[in-house]
Amino acid sequence: MKTINLKLKIWRQSGPEDKGHFMDFNATNISTDMSFLEMLDVVNSDLIKQNKEPIEFDHDCREGICGTCSLVINGSAHGPELGTTTCQLHMRKFNDNDTVYIEPFRAKAFPVIKDLVVDRSAFDRIIAAGGFISVNTGSAQDANAIPVAKEKADLSFAAATCIGCGACVASCKNASASLFVAAKMAHLNLLPQGQPEKENRALAMVAQMDQEGFGSCTNTGVCSAACPKEISLETIAQMNRTFLQASLGNRPPTKLSEGGF
Amino acid sequence: MVKLDSKVPSGNIQDKWERHKFEMKLVNPANKRKHTVLVVGTGLAGASAAASLAELGYKVKVFCIQDSPRRAHSIAAQGGINAAKNYPNDGDSVWRLFYDTVKGGDFRAREANVYRLAQVSVNIIDQCVAQGVPFAREYGGLLDNRSFGGAQVSRTFYARGQTGQQLLLGAYQALMRQVGKGAVQLFSRREMLDLVLVDGKARGITARNLVSGEIESYSGDAVLLATGGYGNVYYLSTNAKNSNVTASWRCHKKGALFGNPCFTQIHPTCIPRSGDYQSKLTLMSESLRNDGRVWVPKAKDDKRHPAEIPESERDFYLERIYPSFGNLVPRDVASRQAKFRVDEGRGVGHTAEAVYLDFGDAIKRLGQEAISEKYGNLFQMYEKITGENPYKQPMRIFPAVHYTMGGLWVDYNLMSSIPGLHVLGEANFSDHGANRLGASALMQGLADGYFIIPYTLGNYLSSNKFESLNETHPAFIESKKQVSQKLMQLLSVKGKRTSDEIHRQLGQLMWEYVGMSRTKQGLQKVAKDIAGLREEFWKNVCVPGDANFKNSSLEHACRLADFLELGELMARDGLEREESCGGHFREEFQTADNEALRNDEKFCHVSAWEYKGVENSPLWQMHQEPLIFENVKLSQRSYK
Repeated sequence: MKTINLKLKIWRQSGPEDKGHFMDFNATNISTDMSFLEMLDVVNSDLIKQNKEPIEFDHDCREGICGTCSLVINGSAHGPELGTTTCQLHMRKFNDNDTVYIEPFRAKAFPVIKDLVVDRSAFDRIIAAGGFISVNTGSAQDANAIPVAKEKADLSFAAATCIGCGACVASCKNASASLFVAAKMAHLNLLPQGQPEKENRALAMVAQMDQEGFGSCTNTGVCSAACPKEISLETIAQMNRTFLQASLGNRPPTKLSEGGF
Repeated sequence: MVKLDSKVPSGNIQDKWERHKFEMKLVNPANKRKHTVLVVGTGLAGASAAASLAELGYKVKVFCIQDSPRRAHSIAAQGGINAAKNYPNDGDSVWRLFYDTVKGGDFRAREANVYRLAQVSVNIIDQCVAQGVPFAREYGGLLDNRSFGGAQVSRTFYARGQTGQQLLLGAYQALMRQVGKGAVQLFSRREMLDLVLVDGKARGITARNLVSGEIESYSGDAVLLATGGYGNVYYLSTNAKNSNVTASWRCHKKGALFGNPCFTQIHPTCIPRSGDYQSKLTLMSESLRNDGRVWVPKAKDDKRHPAEIPESERDFYLERIYPSFGNLVPRDVASRQAKFRVDEGRGVGHTAEAVYLDFGDAIKRLGQEAISEKYGNLFQMYEKITGENPYKQPMRIFPAVHYTMGGLWVDYNLMSSIPGLHVLGEANFSDHGANRLGASALMQGLADGYFIIPYTLGNYLSSNKFESLNETHPAFIESKKQVSQKLMQLLSVKGKRTSDEIHRQLGQLMWEYVGMSRTKQGLQKVAKDIAGLREEFWKNVCVPGDANFKNSSLEHACRLADFLELGELMARDGLEREESCGGHFREEFQTADNEALRNDEKFCHVSAWEYKGVENSPLWQMHQEPLIFENVKLSQRSYK
């Protein structure tokens, strides 16, 4: 079993009001088969034994699907490996004696709770604003009543694989949530079931995104590059198109439209 | 003595649910908003229940330990969801799904519940498609189905290898729609630590705010528990790290009976452990067994690279032993056979604790692209974790704890032995008997939440009177006090061992003695060992920090304290059940072919355990609910 030693510089912050700082740790005899979070478990276990508070970080499924884990590792959201969440990053991607900087996902809309844990509830509020299809339980017709072209269904699925982790926001210089919002719109708008609410959805979700304090999109594409599920940048173009369409269609009624002449 | 009344309606099994729906009392639409319902857990069962109840007009408060309801562990389910749609025209029906589920569960589930599950399965698919769940489709645009472990028809709907994610997002979005409308109040990062009873009815919960550390009270007219299973009692399992038994366990200690705690599912296709630091195990969906062939070398201690072992020296043991089901035998059978191969010294990989799952033939037959289309994300995940490319060399797999069929006992209305406390999804014991079939967990979670509880809860609310009360009631104050005391006690031990170390030790004991095969001696020993470990925990655990702020060590220790009690109950239940059935394999009770040997005369019942309190020894008393099979004839399962 191959092992490595690392120097860690980890962000510690006792609460939202604290300024925060980097703290140095040594991680020794780390098996290269470990996951990144298992490496942090080892560091934490040593801290607990010294009756010191362990480093708080969010994690849950540890198989790359729940979107709970975060971390900016050496400047990259979810670390250096493309298309990978932090929990699926393994230590074989690091070299002996590397220095590793570990920081929280930073964004105005994601306030730090403690150490590496941030509050991402803004994403929930964006979904609550319009990220759904309005269908009450029991009112659905037979599932095969509406055929959906496989290509469309596949594209919808690809967008729906977003895990809501927030890496797109953390890596964007503007802290924009455009990729997250666009992925949800693409998922629903590409399906026949999503058509009736398509325009309202675009208006409501974008308005909520702005209200939460996320920045604007300047199309640099780093979000898509950092996305562990590799959501396509094309979804943002689709979102902009739908939003524009909806904004034009929903402009305040003019005298013309009221037939006032 | 607790009276166990399953409340199964009389009449033909086909008509029970329809008639029951008609006979149940309704809540007047104007009165629905006067009832507050507390839903704990936001996985498939919790999210679907909360959304559906809010749509009906109830006031709903929903709680989850995660930072967002979308992260509940249902998200990680991979393979699919069963439904008796019979779209492929291959002979499926409600009756066949019912039959397969009862048989797959080795005749330890309640017939009427399972039949209802099969009935509503078809509505679930309709509902999910309407919500925009992007199930796999064929080129004609219609839904695709695949076959799944233990079934000979293709009744499984799927969304690549992430069906749970897509179904949960559907339920989560329905839930968030209600949050947006103000019909549901969402409390995330909250952990339920006690059930509050007033006049014997469940009237609220005590929860810890995991950010501020504050102990909070919430009152309502009914409590719905949808907090998942308890597989993490084994430390290593496919469950998420934060999955735990605490909410269920605290209800158990308040009087809710725990049904069949020893019924645990060990899933045959997981990525094997690589070292002692391993923090969890990762499942590879068993849909892989549709195209992968399981084998080990014929020779013992064969250290050759798999590519160097010719076909004639490979033992495709599932195909050999079970020619008609082959690689698709139910999970318990596949798991046990893998264990037997490893015990024989024919395990593979550096730990010799694995068997091969080989896609070589399927890739030759269908091409790499077709395999990637079906299983791409699973192959990718495997490569990330192991550093090996499964397109080039066979996967190494080994069984891991995956699902717990046991759980809080509920009647036909999903109500526990405490009036008002309803239990949904994996947290209850009801539908899977001693073994769950693949793609049936998602079905059950959504059946309970979308289509069963909205009816049965109404009946409970309209049949009972509710004294108006709020969080200042003495029962809430007392509960808060006790919860705080327990947390302070954990912090004050200041011992030498981390809760993680003690949890690993508990896990090893459970895996060794309450795992894939169990013996009387082993179970007796482990019950004592766990009691001893529990004592050590309370004397020697080290929990730094304090209770007034985010403290993950305290959260973990608090959950472990409950696992240390549950583990003992699981051993006692396994000891009491002197037969083998489904996932419960007692070495003393097996056929000549090493298959589970049931004892229907003595054990055709649900074992429902009542907690008697620390002043009593033993801590539990067992009650029985007899299981009556009127529609599916009790038979020895055979997959040959």
